[in-house]
Parts: sequence; C-alpha cells; structure tokens
Amino acid sequence: MAQRITVDPLTRIEGHLRIDAEVKDGKISKAWSSGQMWRGIEVILQGRDPRDAWLFTQRICGVCTTVHALASVRTVENALGLEIPINAQYIRNMVIALHTLHDHIVHFYALSALDWVDVVSALKADPVKTAALASSLSNWPGNGVKRFAAVKAKIKALVDSGQLGPLANGYWGHPAMTLPPEANLMAVSHYLEALDYQRKANQAIAIIGGKSPHIQNMSVGGVTTAINLNNETTLNMERLYWMKQLMEEVRGFIQQVYLPDVIAIGALYKNWLAYGAGVTNYLAVPDMVLNTAGTEFDLPGGTIMNGDFSTVKLITSFHDKYFRDNVKESIAHAWYDGDWSRHPYEEDTVPRYTDFQDDGKYSWVKAPRFQNQPMQVGPLAQVLIGYASGHELTKKYVDDVLARISTVAGTEVGAAALQSTIGRHAARAIRAAMLADLGLKHWQLLVDNIGRGDLEIFNPPTFPKGEQRGFGFHEAPRGVLSHWIVINDGRIKNYQCVVPSTWNAGPRDKQGRPGPYEASLVGNPVADAQRPLEILRTVHSFDPCIACAVHMLDPEGREMIKVKAV
Amino acid sequence: MPRQCSADLAPLSRRDFIKACTTVAAALGLSDSLIPRMAAAAAAPDRPPVIWLHFQECTGCTESLLRASHPDLARLILDLISLDYHETLMAAAGQQAEDNLINTITKYDGKFICVVEGAIPTKDGGIYCKIGDRTAMDILAATAPHAAAVIAIGTCASFGGIQAADPNPTGAVGVRDLLKGKTLINIPGCPPNPINFLGTVLHYLTYKKFPALDKLNRPMFSYGRKIHDQCERRPHFDEGRFVETFGDSYHRKGYCLYKVGCKGPESFSNCPVVRFCDVGAWPVGTGHGCIGCTEPKFWDTMSPFYERLPGIHIPGSGQGIVVGAESAGKKILAVTGAAIGIHAAVGLGKRLVKGGKKEKRED
Repeated sequence: MAQRITVDPLTRIEGHLRIDAEVKDGKISKAWSSGQMWRGIEVILQGRDPRDAWLFTQRICGVCTTVHALASVRTVENALGLEIPINAQYIRNMVIALHTLHDHIVHFYALSALDWVDVVSALKADPVKTAALASSLSNWPGNGVKRFAAVKAKIKALVDSGQLGPLANGYWGHPAMTLPPEANLMAVSHYLEALDYQRKANQAIAIIGGKSPHIQNMSVGGVTTAINLNNETTLNMERLYWMKQLMEEVRGFIQQVYLPDVIAIGALYKNWLAYGAGVTNYLAVPDMVLNTAGTEFDLPGGTIMNGDFSTVKLITSFHDKYFRDNVKESIAHAWYDGDWSRHPYEEDTVPRYTDFQDDGKYSWVKAPRFQNQPMQVGPLAQVLIGYASGHELTKKYVDDVLARISTVAGTEVGAAALQSTIGRHAARAIRAAMLADLGLKHWQLLVDNIGRGDLEIFNPPTFPKGEQRGFGFHEAPRGVLSHWIVINDGRIKNYQCVVPSTWNAGPRDKQGRPGPYEASLVGNPVADAQRPLEILRTVHSFDPCIACAVHMLDPEGREMIKVKAV
Repeated sequence: MPRQCSADLAPLSRRDFIKACTTVAAALGLSDSLIPRMAAAAAAPDRPPVIWLHFQECTGCTESLLRASHPDLARLILDLISLDYHETLMAAAGQQAEDNLINTITKYDGKFICVVEGAIPTKDGGIYCKIGDRTAMDILAATAPHAAAVIAIGTCASFGGIQAADPNPTGAVGVRDLLKGKTLINIPGCPPNPINFLGTVLHYLTYKKFPALDKLNRPMFSYGRKIHDQCERRPHFDEGRFVETFGDSYHRKGYCLYKVGCKGPESFSNCPVVRFCDVGAWPVGTGHGCIGCTEPKFWDTMSPFYERLPGIHIPGSGQGIVVGAESAGKKILAVTGAAIGIHAAVGLGKRLVKGGKKEKRED
C-alpha cells in the first residue's frame, strides 16, 4: 500500500511550494511537481520600452534580486548587437559575485540548515565542548566558549518565553536529526552570525547598486554607476575601498565558517551522499565575463549528459549557438493553452487553468528541455562542468573540500558523490568560495582600469525599425537563467524568461519524463510520514526560488492516505 | 482533493488549549513545567504575535529586512515580536506550518498583527495564487479580520504592484481593495526601505498605536515629502544643471537626473534622507533616476522610466554657476512643453499628471 504525503506550504524557500510524495516501504516511489502561482509578467512586458524590461523582470524575484536585471540588460544588448564598456562589465560582475555570496550564505543558514540542525538539541550542548569542536574545524574568532554560552542562553530564553515564534513546530527531535548537541549549538551560533555577513555583502552591493534588494544601477548599454575619483557623489576611492573591505570580511566568513560547516555537516550526514541525485544531465552557462564582446569568462559553462564527466561540452560566448538553438519549453503538463514544445522566441503565454489533472495539466511551471532532455541546473551543475573541463579554480576548491569531507567522514568521498542532496550543498559552498575570490579579482580589474583613466560606463542603445531577436544568460545562484526577447519597432513584441527553478521544478514533459525535483525525491527514505523532514532536505538542496508549488499525484487504484499532524 | 485545509477558527477552549500546549511541548521534547508558561504567554504575550502572509510577490520585502540593522532581523524576530507564521523563515512546513497559522489566529484573536506581502489576484476566482489549496483571497479573508491591525508591506500589497500593471492579467489588487473596517497601514516601495516598516512596528510596540498616516495610509515619517524636495541633487535642478546621458561629464559631476527619467518630483518617500543598507547609498546617489516605486500604479504611470516626467515646472533661471550646464538648463526649459505633448500622446503621461494631482497633500 502506498502512502501519500503532502507538504504544503513547503516553507523556507521563495514562493509558495507544495510537495506531495507517494511513499512505499519507507521510501519515496513517485513524485510530481506543480506550480501554483502565476503573475503574468511576460504578458505585462508586451508593448513596453525594452530599456524598461530589466526593472520589471528584476521583480520576478526578490530573493534572487539582481539576476533578472542582469539577464534582461544582456538580452536587449544581444538583440541590438551592443557591446558595453569594460568598466560596466566589472561593475556587473561585482554585483554577481556579491549577490551570490549573500544568497548562498542565506540559503545554507536561514533556509536549509534547520533541516539538518536541531535547535532544541542545542540546549543540551556543553559550550566548552562546542568551542573545542568548532576550533578543530576552523580558526574563526567567533568560536569561543562565551559566545556559545550566550547563544545557548538565548535559545533557552526563547523557549522559556513560551513564544517560539519561527521555531515553533519544527521537526525537532526527529529520528533523522542525528547531529550531536555541540554541532547543533555551533550551527545555531553560525546561523545568527550568517545574518550579519550576508548583510555586509548587501552593503557592498548597495554602494554600487544604489540599494538592495532590487538594485537600480543597470541600464541597457552598461551601468549608471558614475565613476569619478574627484567627486564626492560618484564611485570614488572611499566607496571602492569600503566595498573591498566588506568583500574581504565576507570572504573570511565563507572560508572560516560556511565551508567548514558544510564540510562538517556533510560528513556527519554522509548517508545523504547516496540520496537525491535525480536528473544527472547538467547545464550551466559561463559568467564573470572578462571582455566587452562576451567571449572570455572566469567561470565556465556547458553541459554534462547522464552523469558522465567525459561528455562535457562548453558554452563559450554570449552569442553561443549551442545554447541558443537547443532550449525549448514544454507546456504539455502546464496550465497554458496548447501542448506544444517550443523555442522561447516562438512561445506565447496564454494561461488556461484546468485545476489539478492527474494525467493532464497540473502546474503553472513550464518544463524546459535542452536538446529535448531534462537538465539539472545550479551550483552543482557549474561545479561539475568546471571540474570535468579542468577549470583550475574549481578543481582547487573541489579537491580541497572532498579531502576534508573524507577526513571527517572517515571514508573516501569522490567527485561523483557530489551528485546527491548533500553534494548540492557542498557545491554551493565551493561556488561561494570561488566567487569570493573572483569578486575581489574583478574589484582589482576595475580599479586598475580606472587608474588607466578609463571612466566609461555606458554605450547608449538605439532601436532600429523592424524586428530584432536576442537572448541573454546569467549563471545565477540557482543556476542557468536565460531571457529571450523579440523587439519590433523599438517595442517588446515577445519576452520569455526561462529561470533556474523552472529547469529544476518543472513538471513532466510530453514524454512523461519528470523534472529534477520529481526525480531526485525518488528513493529518499521517509522515517516519519507525519513529519517528512527528508522531503525538505532534498527539495531545499536545490534552493527553490519559485513563485509556485509542487504537487505529486496518487497513482490510479492505490489507496490515498491523508497524513495529518497529531 | 488531497487534503483539507479549512481554517476552523472557532476559539479553543482552555482545556483544548492546554492539550495543544502539551502536544507542542512533547513534540519539542520540552519539560511539562513549561506548559503553564506557554499558556501564560498566550494570555498576555510579551512579544506581539505576527502572522506574515505571502501572496503574489517576489519576497523582496522580506529580503529587505535581512538588510536592516536597527533592529536587525534576529533582534526583531527573537526579541521584539513573535513571528509565528512566515513562509520564508519558519522552521515548520506543511501541516505543521498551517497549524501554526491556525493556532495563532485562534489563540491571539484580535491581538496579532497581520503583515501582508504581495498582491491578491481576484480574476477567475483567484486561482492564480493558491497556498494549501486555498486562494490568497480566502486566506486573507480568514486571517485579516481577526488581526488587531494589518500592515501591507511593499507596493504589491499596498496597491497591487507589478502584477497589477497593464493589462493586469490576474486581476491583482492591494489589501485596501478587499479589506474594509480594519486598521490598515501601507508601507509601499519596491521593496520599501526596511526602516519604514520597522519604524512603524517600533512605534506600535512603544505606544500601542500607529504613527500618523497620509491619505494613502502611508506613515508620514516615511512618505510625508517628495523625493525631489529632499534630494541632494536638487540644487543642480534649481540651477538648471542636468545629466544629458549616462556616463557623460555631467553624470560624473553628480548633476540632476531629471532629463534621464528621474521620477523624484512626483514620488513621496524618504529615500534621500534615510538611504539604504547603512552605506549612505540610494538610487539617485548611484546615478540612476528614481522610478517612483512608492506610488500607486507607478509601473504604468512612471514608465517609460528613461523618459522625462511631463508637467514639471523648471525653476532654473539659467544663472547656474557652471557654464556648461547653463545651456542645458535653458534647453530643458524650451522642450518641457513639447515633452508633455509626447507623453500625452502615448497615454502614459496623462495618467501620471492625473495621478499626481489626486495625491496632492493638504499640508
């Protein structure tokens, strides 16, 4: 007999997510994914000024703020064949690096740590032993006895108040929560410190972006961050050095707290290296561009098929035909009119809600496909593609992290094991370490270029009569983001966004092949159907960022059990 | 239907409540001795319970609180309020999360603050946003009437926001269009400066009432004056010194951004004064015009964002201290009238002028 579990809403993500799972013999046997919210931003964009598109699209998401802004300006520039000044590339790259640092830190600590860390167990921890554990992992100055005692007292005061607030009704004491109390207390302390360091990353973004969330310094043709070392209102030495200091502080947190925590938690939960692989086709795009033409990058992108690293094929420019010609979206199971599978330029967005149909349409999320295959996107995809293609910086951090996990776990952990629920967390931390280094590199590139007297930030766009088509991509914190535009007589005729969480959270396609969330849940253990913590672990490992929900259907003829909490 | 999610809001009896506390305490692995304390907290909570509802939104407003420093997020949710329901931050999920929602509505009927982030789609029965099988409309209707007050955070919850932009495919509206007879505070902005939300909450925590509001239910301390009237670049406007295009020499001198689309003259907000992220930054400060994000319908009335606002009186006498800019100022004086005509022709400028008049203050 199969048992059905519904998690709705699936919390600690962006957007409204619903997960249903069919559990047989203590393991998930089947999974469906379905979005439940639609806002119609692609429809709203039609007929508007293409220069305004980035301001609209950035509002698709406030968690991955900046990413739709960047993809949008790149898209319009691609349609116009417009190159932007190198200073503008460096400024955009610093936004990319800093936003990634904020995002990966927040994802690990605020959004997913509570799947692995039992806050209530931390009340049993000995602060002295906690400090010993923490200092065996890193030299972080915050890992002292007094700090851990204060954090423990803070948790106790909260529990004693009778008002547990956001901690109420968590899966505390769950049998799958297996960290020792000291590891839990250390993680709670770092959870609180993470709030300070993600803020520093945002402060640095605000210095060049005007504010955060939702930066306001982009423009089709470059950036609006005026550079003048001899003016008090522009990007000058004081502003630049403030950024650098903040970036260095955040890098310190990544190196001394985030990476060691992921290594420790990953090693202590090493059984989760065997769950959650799901779709093992990977797609990433290159980013941190190094020239005005968009042909050289600090981070590689490409594809790997069927988990076979030898199949790696690179995507090499902003005009890459391998990428441009192979993306399609299927709406066979999504609430739009028709059952087509189309290239984004040819898509339309006509909603047609049918309610939940087991064998028909069940989601607002479209199902993107690359060369007609489902693909997993995100930090894991980028790290594996970098590793498989011999990218030096990726190899350095992957080898280091795998060696340290192997030491703590007491068993050899290879790169193939990254294809798992825990592996996605490790890959995200590795990517954060790379971007902390690259952010500072691009800061130096900008400062050096300014020193050569180049203050250019903007090439004004002009919109010719007739039709232009363009696409732009960005390797966002959650993976491959692409925007696609058709411009006619200077107005938007069609605009489509194919977002990372669409790649990962999409429903089945016409052939019935599940998307990555759906596939990754199959085989996961479920110890307590009343409290399906394991579902949260695997879905959170993708870092869902969707204004949507996920469903799973009960197969015909099987008994459906409604699971309710006691 | 896979699962019922009805909000049975009948008040719990005391016995039921103690039973609920016992269950929670057991689930948490806590001592029974805490149960009386949990019951006491429910009767007279030290920290006001807050239910935070997310509808058609991007979570940018919640994200803005991650950037706040005084108070910071940890202090806010652990020391000042009790954030009982918040999809992005709460530990609980699924049934346990929905139980938290219903428990708080029941236990603190008439006492909790309801914060709404995001617009509410009303077209086609509200099917464009569903959580736990209920539409956003249903959830708002089951929650907000039980609150002591409702705070709409962001332009979406205040006025409908981006999804309400023409042609508003989902019939999105703000809370004010659906909720009547309840104290409602609007904190618009895309997202709003967290200072504006936090200042309002701190005022309430301190004085048990909300600060003075304008006609759009926005706190006066945040939305009492136009950006234009507080802008550090205002002297350049007054003297007729304008940026002609991004990256030009005037841009590098920090001149007024009116000609490259700044909507500060029609936008009420404290951005130039409080700034963002504690680094003295704000959009105009980094060389980009204001887009008017605190105003109703700004996605339609303030766009195209890179075209100048029509109907703005330029006081510049052309007597600016910078020679190059003097002529720029004279040019703008001459073309303003023509610009109004262009905007009226596309139908956007017209609406803006109308909207601007409606929002005129009495002060």
